Amino acid sequence: MSYRNGPDARGLFGRFGGQFVAEILMPLINDLAAEYEKAKGDPAFLQELAYFQRDYVGRPSPLYFAERLTEHCGGAKIYLKREELNHTGAHKINNCIGQILLARRMGKKRIIAETGAGMHGVATATVAARFGLDCVIYMGTTDIDRQQANVFRMKLLGATVIPVTAGTGTLKDAMNEALRDWVTNVDTTFYLIGTVAGPHPYPAMVRDFQAVIGKETREQLQEKEGRLPDSLVACIGGGSNAMGLFHPFLDEPSVKIIGVEAAGYGIETGKHAASLNGGLPGVLHGNRTFLLQDDDGQIIDAHSISAGLDYPGIGPEHAWLHDIGRVQYTSITDQEALDAFHTCCRLEGIIPALESSHALAEVFKQAPKLPKDHLMVVNLSGRGDKDMQTVMHHMQDQLEKHA
Amino acid sequence: MSRLQQRFAELKQQNRAALVTFVTAGDPDYPHALAILKGLPEAGADVIELGMPFTDPMADGPAIQLANIRALEQGQNMLKTLSMVREFRKENSQTPLVLMGYYNPIYHYGVARFVADAKEAGVDGLIVVDLPPEHNDELCEPAQAGGLDFIRLTTPTTDDHRLPKVLEGSSGFVYYVSVTGVTGAQAATLDHLDQAVARLRRHTELPLCIGFGIRTPEHAASVAQRAEGVVVGSALVDRIAKANTPAQAVEDVLSLCRQLAEGVHNAR
Repeated sequence: MSYRNGPDARGLFGRFGGQFVAEILMPLINDLAAEYEKAKGDPAFLQELAYFQRDYVGRPSPLYFAERLTEHCGGAKIYLKREELNHTGAHKINNCIGQILLARRMGKKRIIAETGAGMHGVATATVAARFGLDCVIYMGTTDIDRQQANVFRMKLLGATVIPVTAGTGTLKDAMNEALRDWVTNVDTTFYLIGTVAGPHPYPAMVRDFQAVIGKETREQLQEKEGRLPDSLVACIGGGSNAMGLFHPFLDEPSVKIIGVEAAGYGIETGKHAASLNGGLPGVLHGNRTFLLQDDDGQIIDAHSISAGLDYPGIGPEHAWLHDIGRVQYTSITDQEALDAFHTCCRLEGIIPALESSHALAEVFKQAPKLPKDHLMVVNLSGRGDKDMQTVMHHMQDQLEKHA
Repeated sequence: MSRLQQRFAELKQQNRAALVTFVTAGDPDYPHALAILKGLPEAGADVIELGMPFTDPMADGPAIQLANIRALEQGQNMLKTLSMVREFRKENSQTPLVLMGYYNPIYHYGVARFVADAKEAGVDGLIVVDLPPEHNDELCEPAQAGGLDFIRLTTPTTDDHRLPKVLEGSSGFVYYVSVTGVTGAQAATLDHLDQAVARLRRHTELPLCIGFGIRTPEHAASVAQRAEGVVVGSALVDRIAKANTPAQAVEDVLSLCRQLAEGVHNAR
């Protein structure tokens, strides 16, 4: 049996996934699925994709032995997959390049996207600029406030950033608004979803574009250590960086795989973004997955210090991998992530994104307990430049508390 | 014969179209939403769509988004929505009532329990925006087996190739979403409607109800000349948003309903 054959023809991973969208979008989504099927078997498309991944994104990203973090933990040998070195500073561009090439094949002239932390928005604005397509980014007002630098970057790149005030003004609300744009402009517009969620074929397509992370990791570790890793760790909001790292290893039983959700103030407080550890199956944004919801099936707003994890759902393939137990999903609080953020800055001279800091915090918990020959790969999915404001505010708050 | 079939048969005999009204359950609050619901038939509504509130109404424009928020803030939930229907049915056994909304609150309530409770409460049909025919096994089939009609949305993007699949599981009536967009957006041209209606009639004998962007009695009348039903939602819901008091909201919604009914009922 393989864990890598999903989804089925209806877009389902076990009972998760599917195509739960308004009828108006169905014909388009079916077209997209058909076009993607064609493209992924077309050598010309794959060649073009490989060209842009190498010369524009800067792939392959290094697999770096984090010597000082390893010393600090005193256990497992820690490798960082340096996705933060990609053009635009995160893994998001891997998917954006793939989808924009597809949008061109389909003759679409207008690109829309949702963004939380702004990394997907920046990556989308970047590829739209490169290919001369109109670009509209939906972003919640709460996220706009905490990610000013990324808002400015998107504007520099020629995108229109539309503030979304609905709900709590975070990623979920931005996605609702992008869907509303899409149903309105269905003929001209390509919706460039940033994570392994949404209706089929998005979860599979985004996974495939991100799987370059895991494929490279496999080859690079083989070169450096002559074998497979013993464990993989990645943070999860929607789950695209994690799925990209995990997928090529799912059928290797010796590889332990750990996804890290955002526990916010702690799962017991209810203020978190851990949909697997603190949610229930439900249907939102085109797919069935685990969702934060109340007794009436109303969606609850997520909380995380990191805007990129601040989403009440998770990609359906993760929901399935959780259900069948192939991947272990843990959670890390805001405070633990911040501590890991500082440790990585001081010890490695790398400023990680707050999202990736959740993965690092999990590594710092687990690595000390593991033997020195245990090979652990953590996905450093993004760089932390965008988080300066958030971290600064947090440090000031802490100082005031202790004053 | 179901209440929906009965109603459309009567209207056909009278050679007039149905006014189909949409309001959200619990908007502006439970007692006043119930007063609106109870007042609608007398104000000329032939079929009632009652929205089940949801936090994330992806296919709705600002007016109905706000209606959802108002209702949820007043503590509306599925149990209360069903009890509204029960209270309505104590006084009215003739007017078909269709629940409209999104799948998650139903899924969370439990499909079998929902179908049974909705039927028992006096619901006639369901419109669930995010359940295309690809997922008929989720709710469409259980609902029809449980005696509820499942009303499909068809849209300008639903082409001839796809229409049979969409219509296959439809019953009650067919709802034509006349524009690509969210609820409350601008209206389709009459030319577009003529073409769309002709196309749909080639595929189905079910009554056609047309909605999205219909706001005035005059506009409703021109749609009523072309289809079996005219759906008005956002314009009614706007009256609730603009009212100074909940009591005023009841009065304003019912007054607009009367004007719309006059347009629809005298159109032919």
